[in-house]
Amino acid sequence: MALLPAPELAAAGGAMVPLWYRVAGKRRETHDTWTLTIEPDAEPMPRFAPGQFAMLYVFGTGEVPISVSGDLTGDGGDGPQVHTIRAVGAVSRALCALEPGAWLGARGPFGTSWPIAQAEGRDIVVVAGGIGLAPLRPVIYHVLAHRERYGRLVVAYGGRSPAELLYVSELEHWRGRFDVELDVTVDAAGAGWRGRVGVVPTLIPRARLDGSRTTAFVCGPEVMMRFTASALRDAGVPDAAIQVSLERSMKCAVGHCGHCQLRELFICKDGPVFSNDRVESLIRARPAL
Amino acid sequence: MQELPASHRTTIAGCGRAAVFRAGEYVMREGDPADVFYIIRSGSIALETEVPQRGPLVLETLQEGDLLGWSWLFPPYRTAFDARVLETAHTLMFDGACLRGKCDADPGLGYDLLRLFARVVIERLQSTRMQLLDVYGSVAGT
Repeated sequence: MALLPAPELAAAGGAMVPLWYRVAGKRRETHDTWTLTIEPDAEPMPRFAPGQFAMLYVFGTGEVPISVSGDLTGDGGDGPQVHTIRAVGAVSRALCALEPGAWLGARGPFGTSWPIAQAEGRDIVVVAGGIGLAPLRPVIYHVLAHRERYGRLVVAYGGRSPAELLYVSELEHWRGRFDVELDVTVDAAGAGWRGRVGVVPTLIPRARLDGSRTTAFVCGPEVMMRFTASALRDAGVPDAAIQVSLERSMKCAVGHCGHCQLRELFICKDGPVFSNDRVESLIRARPAL
Repeated sequence: MQELPASHRTTIAGCGRAAVFRAGEYVMREGDPADVFYIIRSGSIALETEVPQRGPLVLETLQEGDLLGWSWLFPPYRTAFDARVLETAHTLMFDGACLRGKCDADPGLGYDLLRLFARVVIERLQSTRMQLLDVYGSVAGT
């Protein structure tokens, strides 16, 4: 297959043309989830902000949107590009099957980011469910790297079972810090599990938040986010201070194709990060039959 | 129980005493007569049930401030699940039979107590429904 050099490709297609990337590292997180570190072949590393996503392309198979999940706090925010991927379909399975040295295509960054800078001086609550911790991990890295700029850092994480929790060694590390309040719960566990069993919204009242000075970042299955937002409201956190990350079928990533449209919003371009007061009624509405 | 009138709290306290359970101890066993309930002051307790071929499964964990046990309220007064201590639990233990008698004698107390327990039951039911949704389970994707 004849290929144009990367700069010519980029110039020719702009945001729609994937650039060549190589898998630099691979780590298994759970039975169906892997973390890939990828590097561009010739281009400089693009600068992502926490919450943004890339379109990752497995040649001959297809393309999927995957959030960045690595540490973006390095010099210029241009550290290695890290993506945690759950193998749930043809493309994501193919991505998870890539080994170090393999080639793939990538476009991005796309979408809105978590408004971390606007939350300086406030308490930060990170609420993640399942693989939703991946897009939120850069937020935690950022707050820890600039710890003096923020108040409390509360991390509430829920998973299906102990075996399906992501980043276990980092969870242990964060739990050991005096400046992180980490609470982890699972929906079901065997008798050997000594942690909490219950759904993640039940962690919110236990955090004893000061709603007036709290900004919450929430990512997970939409049902989990709805109930979490409700628990946050009950704790006094206004919808405008609750940030959620939505997921829809994103194809073009630039708001042209309409696959990810939710009423007047294009999730790929207007999101994926929204304040809850903007989308709460939209995600609560049932689709027309 | 802070929202209960002081007189009701005093009545309830008259049926209670402190109880401490060490890690690994069972506070309740499935099928036992249910004549007490607990308010957890510190520690952690797992509600479990034995599932054939899978062993004991933890359904929920309870911590500081949580209420354990409502089977004492209604016949046949039988405990539904095992309650095993994960971390040493300091509790307030209440005599349900004693309280049932007092509730029968004072319907106002009975109403307040049932409202209190109904709220806990509703919260647990809502959590259970969310667990049943299995929101983190495998979904078709790309």
